[in-house]
Parts: sequence; structure tokens; C-alpha cells
Amino acid sequence: MNRRDFFAVLGGGVLVMLVDDEILAQETGGGRRQQHPEPENLNAWLHIGETGIVTVYSGKVEVGQNARTSLTQAVAEELHAPVASIRMVLGDTGLTPYDMGTVGSMTTPRMWPVMRRAAATARETLVDLAAQKWMVERSAILVADGKVTSGTHSAGFGELTHGETLTRTIPVNAALAPATEWKIAGSSVAKVNGRDIVTGAHKYTYDRKTPGMLYAKVLYPPSFGATLQSLDSSAAETIPGVKVVREGDFVGVTAPDSFAAEKAMAVLKADWRPLSAETSSKDVYAYFKKNAGDSTGASGLAVYTVAYIAHVPLEPRSALAEWNHGELTVWTGSQRPFGVRSELAEHFNLPEDKVRVIVPDTGSGYGGKHSGDAAIEAARLAKASGKPVKRDWTREEEMTWAYFRPGGLIEVGGTLNSDGTLAEWEMHNYNSGPSALQTPYEVPRKKEQYHQAKSPLRQGSYRGLAGTANHFVRESYMDELAHSAGIDPLEFRLKNARNERLRAVIQAAAGKFGWKDRKKSPGRGFGISGGFEKGSYVSNCVEVGVVNGAVKVLRVVEAFECGAVVNPEHLRNQVDGAIAMGLGGALFEHIDFAENRILTNRLSRYRVPRFADMPVIETVLIDRKDLPPAGAGETPIMGLAPAIGNAIFDATGERIRSLPMVPDKLPGTKSSPSAG
Amino acid sequence: MARVIELNVNGSRHTVDADPERTLLSVLRDDLELTGTKYGCGEGQCAACTVLVEGVPTKSCITRVGAVGGKRIVTIEGLPASGKLHPVQEAFLEADAMQCGWCTPGMILGAVGLLRHTPHPSEADIVSGMNGHICRCGTYSRVVRAIQLAASKGGRA
Repeated sequence: MNRRDFFAVLGGGVLVMLVDDEILAQETGGGRRQQHPEPENLNAWLHIGETGIVTVYSGKVEVGQNARTSLTQAVAEELHAPVASIRMVLGDTGLTPYDMGTVGSMTTPRMWPVMRRAAATARETLVDLAAQKWMVERSAILVADGKVTSGTHSAGFGELTHGETLTRTIPVNAALAPATEWKIAGSSVAKVNGRDIVTGAHKYTYDRKTPGMLYAKVLYPPSFGATLQSLDSSAAETIPGVKVVREGDFVGVTAPDSFAAEKAMAVLKADWRPLSAETSSKDVYAYFKKNAGDSTGASGLAVYTVAYIAHVPLEPRSALAEWNHGELTVWTGSQRPFGVRSELAEHFNLPEDKVRVIVPDTGSGYGGKHSGDAAIEAARLAKASGKPVKRDWTREEEMTWAYFRPGGLIEVGGTLNSDGTLAEWEMHNYNSGPSALQTPYEVPRKKEQYHQAKSPLRQGSYRGLAGTANHFVRESYMDELAHSAGIDPLEFRLKNARNERLRAVIQAAAGKFGWKDRKKSPGRGFGISGGFEKGSYVSNCVEVGVVNGAVKVLRVVEAFECGAVVNPEHLRNQVDGAIAMGLGGALFEHIDFAENRILTNRLSRYRVPRFADMPVIETVLIDRKDLPPAGAGETPIMGLAPAIGNAIFDATGERIRSLPMVPDKLPGTKSSPSAG
Repeated sequence: MARVIELNVNGSRHTVDADPERTLLSVLRDDLELTGTKYGCGEGQCAACTVLVEGVPTKSCITRVGAVGGKRIVTIEGLPASGKLHPVQEAFLEADAMQCGWCTPGMILGAVGLLRHTPHPSEADIVSGMNGHICRCGTYSRVVRAIQLAASKGGRA
């Protein structure tokens, strides 16, 4: 869409477009600009219509992290307009500027300032308009609460823009209000579409329908890599309205209702040739090391392992695809609308401007919805059937055919000087990833390496990804060193941490927890951890109870610092959520697989945290108004597992070097099936 | 095989032409377009599909539609009375007891059912009463607070 089209859609008014070369270069490696001339090289645009409605466009998406609310706050703050007057259009490749994706905790550090600059420029443009109209000095004009005033003059934004069509393309360096003067930013604005959530009115992708739409199912092989030898679809095709599509090994069914599609699937007769399996969840860690590009880690290191786990977004993947005169529109829940557009364009050999991807606010992602699997399936079947097609993944499909958080093998070692400071540190991560592999502690001699390995399972991003694995290993091993030296784990960390922000979160967590006054009793243990990733700092103190090998996390204190806090209540909510989700990966979540099949492919076979698993959670937010805000979706999860492991060690003397730590019960105790 | 079934949903009578073996969830969503009721797992493990049947929280993904003909069904769309949110809905907003919101309608109906038989639940009552509901975003402590809030304001109403 170009500027002229934009005004055709929006009507007159003020349009502010933001060009931000620096951000663009960082997000796209600098190559995008040549491929996509204006206006795709804009990071955001903002429109004030003649009715006073402010509409803001960003390629970010809302997946529960409350980006819709925080970005609205950014605009309201700088535009001096009420939150309710602002409409945020997100994640629509036909309307919003290019964005690489809602990933890596980057919405707040990157898009949030962009929004503020766009809004500040719009506000100054309104001041220009008012100065002209009323023939007064700019300095005599006040913009507040959605109104522009000067002396006896007063006008709403829409009145000022009336009859005008103005465009401002703004530079990077528009002046912004300091955090100490924020009124709307930095406050606990309620979720802007909360009412639509509690009434069930919000239409997620899964909920969308369009007239004449068909429901689709896709036949997956019984195991990864199996190839289709033969297909008998005759029985399925006798069901009224059912069409079976086969393109190579891809088999899909469309039907006028989902029940007919299910019935058709049940009577398809397919013969698959399996691929022989190279490993299983039982021996995958040795497999990583054997299949690493360079596996030259030192000997004599402690060996830790981290299991593959599943995201389990409660809304499974889903897409609604519609073709119209060779152009494709797809609604789908994804964290990367523009990435999915590229996948579709490539699959169908179309120019990207013939494909539009629209992402309704989505039923979570946690890094698990980067790919366009359901979008491609829906579009293929829509093309084959000549009708709009809806393709909703089932839970089993989501837990089998989506990608997983990588498993990993991690080796670690270190030595201390006689005063308890670190002398040497060495850490090798095989397969699970390089993020947060660098220790935040002071060490004169260190070696930290990521070794890419072959993964038997499809793997990808996850909330905190390798940060969780690397923090688990580092902070557990720091505990091992502290105990071997007979130093209190809190004191040991402070002794080795020079970074003031890291020290501050560790001290805040320990203070709130009452670390120094903790009282040991049988079956109780206490653990501490600290860490840094993606611009923010975290520390956890945990109390566990261990009874007959069963571990219950009783209390979690988390101190978290991510610069200036954008929305305290939503930040606390993120921290609560990270602790809840982190408990699962720490204690019991794991993917079992064998013979190229996922055995933990349902919620009845894959335990996720529930109400009864929750500890008492206490959060300490350190609001650094002197620092720019960093993201908070991921780092709050990273310190939990090691703090729990350290607490289990404190309670039992047993060091657990694997995630999950108690898939059933502690090793060496009588096992029983885990509760559902 | 198709059969006409009378459904009483949110106080209105609906005649649906549906195979009685179909799930109540699919009929609510696909035939009646009441998409506030969510699919989460299809095996009664997550309770995102919870509706009230004769006032009792019921997992619609494992309930055959043929089994609930004529019974009073309430979905999230039927919870507000004359445009005013139910106290439990208000409490969820007040406690910010949601993130992505996919589990929220089921949570709210589960909470309404809980408060119906236990108007003043202890925290332990809430945990055991709601333990069948999964919130993958992890807002459990906030849901507990929301239910306590609703109870303190007579959320049974």
C-alpha cells in the first residue's frame, strides 16, 4: 500500500510516518531497504482522522504479552491523548509496515520508542496547525487529554485536521518525555481489549469463519519422515461434500463441516513407509555430542542435560485462507506475519504483494508460533477447492508437528581462588543454543562455546530459549562451587558479581525472601539464582518442600529489573506467568519420543503446570527510570529452574543436573505415575 | 443419521440439524457461532471448553450434543445480564486475570459454577475446584484473586 492508497482508506487528516534507519538496519541486517523502497522502509505510521480517531499501525502482534496495551500507552503518552481514543492496528501485512516479528523481547526496546516518536511528531504537527489557524505562538499552545488549547481557543484533534491532508516523515531523534515525567506510560493501564476477552467476543483465528468456507484436515504420517506409498480415498469421497486432495505426500480433506472432514479422515486408507529412527529421548544427549560440528569440549567437566519441551499454546495453530483473482489472504495466529507472508509467497511462487497475512490477537505463542504451517495448508486446500478454507490444528497435531524447545547437553567446570572468587570457568552447550551462555560474573579465564548439533526433532524458538538452559547450568554449578568452598550461595554470588544491576536484583530478591534469616528444617530447602539476558536482570529465591521424593515449590521471590517500567501490573503479570511456565520446564515437562514418534502428544500425556502446582509468588520490580525499557517476556523465566534445583540440593543433598528435575519423583525414591 | 436437536442455549431455543454424536463444543462454535467457547485439547484435560449445563461446569469437548438436548446451557456469551458484565467477569478484569485470554471464558464459567455451590471458597477450595483448568500463560494466582474478589462482592449473583 502506498501513501495515496493510505489516504484513500483513511480519509484526510494527519499522517505521520517514521523512518528509522538504525532500527531498520538492526532488524533486517541492512538489506531490506533496497528490496523494499518506501513506504515499506517505515517502522510505524500513525494517522489522526478528521473525526479525531487516532489509528496507529505496527507489524507487531498481540499474543497475550499485552503489546497492544503497552504500545497504546506509548502513543497516548506522547500524543497527550486518552488511551480510549487510540486504535492500534497490528500484524496485518496489507496495512502495517514491515516487521521482522514479535520475537526476542524486542517490542518494548525497539517498537515502543518508535511509537513514541511518531506520536510526539503528530502532536507537534497539531501544534503547527493550531498556531496557523489561531495565529498564535506555538509556545502559547497546550496539548492535553486529546485537546489543543490556547487562551480562549480549543479544538479536538479532528477539528484541527479537518480539510487538511498532511504527511510528516520524521527523523529518529524526535524529543521524548523522560520517564520521570510519564503520566500514562509507566502506569498500570488495563488491558485495552480486556472486555472482549472476558465476554468471549474477541475473534481469534480459530474462531473465524467466512461465507462458503470449507473445513480442512490434513493427513500426517504416523511417524516423522515416513513417505506415502499408497492412498485409497474412495470411501472418504463417498461422503457428501468431501474432497480429497493429494499433492505428493501431502494429503488434505475439505468438507462443508468439520464433522464430515473428521469422518473422511477416519476412512482414508494410507500406507506409509517409515524412516528408521536415529535416536530416542532416552539416548538423545549422547546423540547431540556425537552429532555436533565440533565436540572438542574439555574432559572432567560436569554434565547437565535439558529435555525438549513443548510450547502448548492453548490456541493451536489455525488459518483461514481465501484466494481472490490470484491474490491470497490468510488469517492466522503467528508471531511473524511478514515471515508467514514470505513462506506463502515462496510456496505459491507469488510476489509478496499478492499475499496478505492478517494476525488477529492470538491465543499465545511463547516463541512457538514463528512458522506458517497451518497457513500453507489452508492456502493449498483453498486453491485446490476454489473456496475459502479453514484449517484448525488439533492439540495432538500441535504437540507433534509444531517445533519444540531444543534439548541440550551442557558441560561446565570452574575453579576458585582461595578467597572464593572465580579463577576459571568453562561451559559448552551442545544443541540447545548460545543465548545467555556468557557468564555475568567476573572470571579472569573463561571459555564458553556453543556447539551446533543435529537435532532429531524439529526445534525452534521458545520463551527464553537457551537462556533457561544456560542459566540452569551456570547457576546450579555456581551453587556447586559455593558449597564446595563452604561459602553461602548469596555471598558467593555477590563476591563474584561486579555488575551493579545484577547485584541489585540479587540483593533485592534475597532481602524480600529473608535469605539471611532462613531456617533449615527437615524436608525444606532454599535456593538462590541470578542472571542477565536481553537487557534485563533477574534473581530468584525459592523455598521447596520435599516429601518422599515429591518436590513442591512453596514460595518464589523474583526480583526483576528491565529499565523503566512501562506498565507495572502487566509486568507483574508477565513475571507471574514466567514463574508458572518455568515451573513446568524445571520440574516435569519433557518430550518423550521413540521410533520417530512423539509419545507425549496430548495433555493427558504431557503434564503442564496447574493451579495446584503454584507456589506463593512475590515479585520485586526495580523501576530504573534512568534507563530505557527492555523487554520482559523472557528473562523472568530464566532464574527459576536453578533456584529450585539449588533448593532441592539444600533440602536433600542431592544435586540434580537434568531438566526436568523431577519428571516423576526424585531419583532413588519409589516412583509412581505423575499426577495429571 | 442427522437428527434435529432442540438446544436451550443462553435462554434461547435453537433447533439444530446435527449428528447427536457430535460434540457440544463443535455445535456451539460451528452451528450457533458461539465461539467464546474454546477448543483446547479435545480430551477434557484443559477445560477451555467449559460451559454450564443446568448450572454445572461441563467440558463441552467431551459432551455429545445428543446428551444435552433440552437442557439449559449457558456459554460465556450468555453470562452478562442485560448488557452488564457478570461479577465474575468484572473480577477477572479487575485482577488482570488473563494474558492471551484463550482459557478465560472457560475459567470464568468454571468460577461461576464453583461459586454457585461454594459462595465463600477458601484458597484451597479454589485451587481444587479450578485445577482442571489450564492457563498456559500462567495467570493462576490472578485467577485465584479474581474468584476471591468476586466472592467478596457476592459473585454468586
